[in-house]
Amino acid sequence: MPVLPDGLVAVVKRECATCELVAPLFADLAATGALVVYTQDDPTFPASVQAVHDADLAVSWHHDIETVPTLIRVVDGVEVERTVGWHRAEWQRITGIDDLGADLPEMRPGCGSMSVDPDLEHVLRARFASDGLAARRVEFATAEDPFEAMFERGWTDGLPVVPPTPERVHQMLAGTSRAATDVVCVVPPDLVELSVEKVAINAVMAGCRPEYLPWVIAALEALCTDEFNMHGVLATTMPVGPVIVCNGPGTRAIGMNAGINALGQGNRANSTIGRAVQLTVRNVGGGRPGEVDRATHGNPGKLSFCFAEDEAGSPFGPLAQSRGVPDGRDAVTVFAGEGPRCMVDQLARTPEELATSLAAMMVSQPHPKLVLGFDAILVISPDHGRLFREAGWDRDRLLMELSSRLERDAAELVRGHGGIAEGLPAGFADAGPLAKYRSGGLLVTYAGGGAGLFSTLISGWVNGGTGSDPVTVVVTY
Amino acid sequence: MTTVLDPTSEVRPAERALLQRPRSLDGHVVALLDISKPRGDVFLNRVEERIVAAGGAVKRYRKPTFTKPAPVDLRHEIATQCTLVIEALAD
Repeated sequence: MPVLPDGLVAVVKRECATCELVAPLFADLAATGALVVYTQDDPTFPASVQAVHDADLAVSWHHDIETVPTLIRVVDGVEVERTVGWHRAEWQRITGIDDLGADLPEMRPGCGSMSVDPDLEHVLRARFASDGLAARRVEFATAEDPFEAMFERGWTDGLPVVPPTPERVHQMLAGTSRAATDVVCVVPPDLVELSVEKVAINAVMAGCRPEYLPWVIAALEALCTDEFNMHGVLATTMPVGPVIVCNGPGTRAIGMNAGINALGQGNRANSTIGRAVQLTVRNVGGGRPGEVDRATHGNPGKLSFCFAEDEAGSPFGPLAQSRGVPDGRDAVTVFAGEGPRCMVDQLARTPEELATSLAAMMVSQPHPKLVLGFDAILVISPDHGRLFREAGWDRDRLLMELSSRLERDAAELVRGHGGIAEGLPAGFADAGPLAKYRSGGLLVTYAGGGAGLFSTLISGWVNGGTGSDPVTVVVTY
Repeated sequence: MTTVLDPTSEVRPAERALLQRPRSLDGHVVALLDISKPRGDVFLNRVEERIVAAGGAVKRYRKPTFTKPAPVDLRHEIATQCTLVIEALAD
């Protein structure tokens, strides 16, 4: 904080008629004692004395200069009194010069200080504010309901959000060791640099606890990659949105749900992590339904779709580990997915029967005659998983067994075949047996309550370069 | 008053855009906001006379200082009580 020198201090700017009016007085003041003049805009003004250029407005900001000219009297480093604008009696009193400005009008109001210019406010706050928060402040009137005000500003996903006060955002930022000013990624569609602080603001709004913040950040890092193609995921008319699968001991530490109703409501970590990601895309990235988001129907998961795997019970190993993350590390995998589809089989008693049954259901999404172009997440339940575990089927074995059961003859898949217009182009007719999923296109996960002979399929959007690929990111604290 | 941090990219101003000017004052309540510059009240008194003569209703308000934007509570009060606003600016 810049200290003011003892004596008289004036803060002026050239672009102020009143400052121009009083400029000749500074020569008189300098002659009688200590005077320092700070100029906000033009260092050659005033001509009457050698001014100090407050170029970065540090002096003006820290000493609350709202009007120019401001005249301050300083004793032993402490401000004793000040006057703003030109008021002859006041200037005479403060300076002790009885005839100061006798030939000037009695008073003239001053002009706005550059350090309170509304266009500069956020820049100066980022530059100087000791609270470390750079975001623009938005004030709600006392008589205004902050929850209604946030709805009106379009900051919500249709549900109320928690007001992101500076205090709450500070608390949220304690959940990460990253600096608030760190840039996490660039968010589509507006391609805005996303600071940790902005993530924290949206995480507060979502209802996250501070310990969830690193998960939200990791998910956004994954989302904003070219591979995931969030812009495409937003713009598509298909119903997909980000589906976040969480792995690692950290999921247990923050109390995520991998059990009963794991894909549903009720768990704060599951619900708010997914929600914070979506709010960030909406508010920072500018991705909103009816604007860039053109989904025909969408799906309820676009509010939030985030769950943890039941790693203790899984015969398949964590999804993240299968995608290259070292065992025991916390990680998120983000997938462009639609709503979950329940796959019922309450009678299979062998893994082969179950695999055949699941394949018969999986082959239909998103259309029985469309293959290779869409990925999917399989969520195997504990009751179904038991059959595979007892037979010693691991991830690779399950994928292989499903794959062989999912093959279809290309001749049956071409457009028009079976009276169905949809399908593969006619040129595929002689391609022979085709896989349902491309290599690596089926992501096996394990979660759910202990009872229920059902598994879940989460089908995806178009994959590859024209669509979206799943992305896995390690969580950093 | 509650202060929150802006969750957006801040590419748009926090305030909303101006509405279209109405074609007549019928049915409107006009706020006359004195920004506390000397003799602004004199000017607004005259404006009030003319608005009332033209068929409009007037409510008077005053900012504590011209050096800062109107306090948010005052803005909210005007927004809930009136449909149009005129500020007296300059000297």
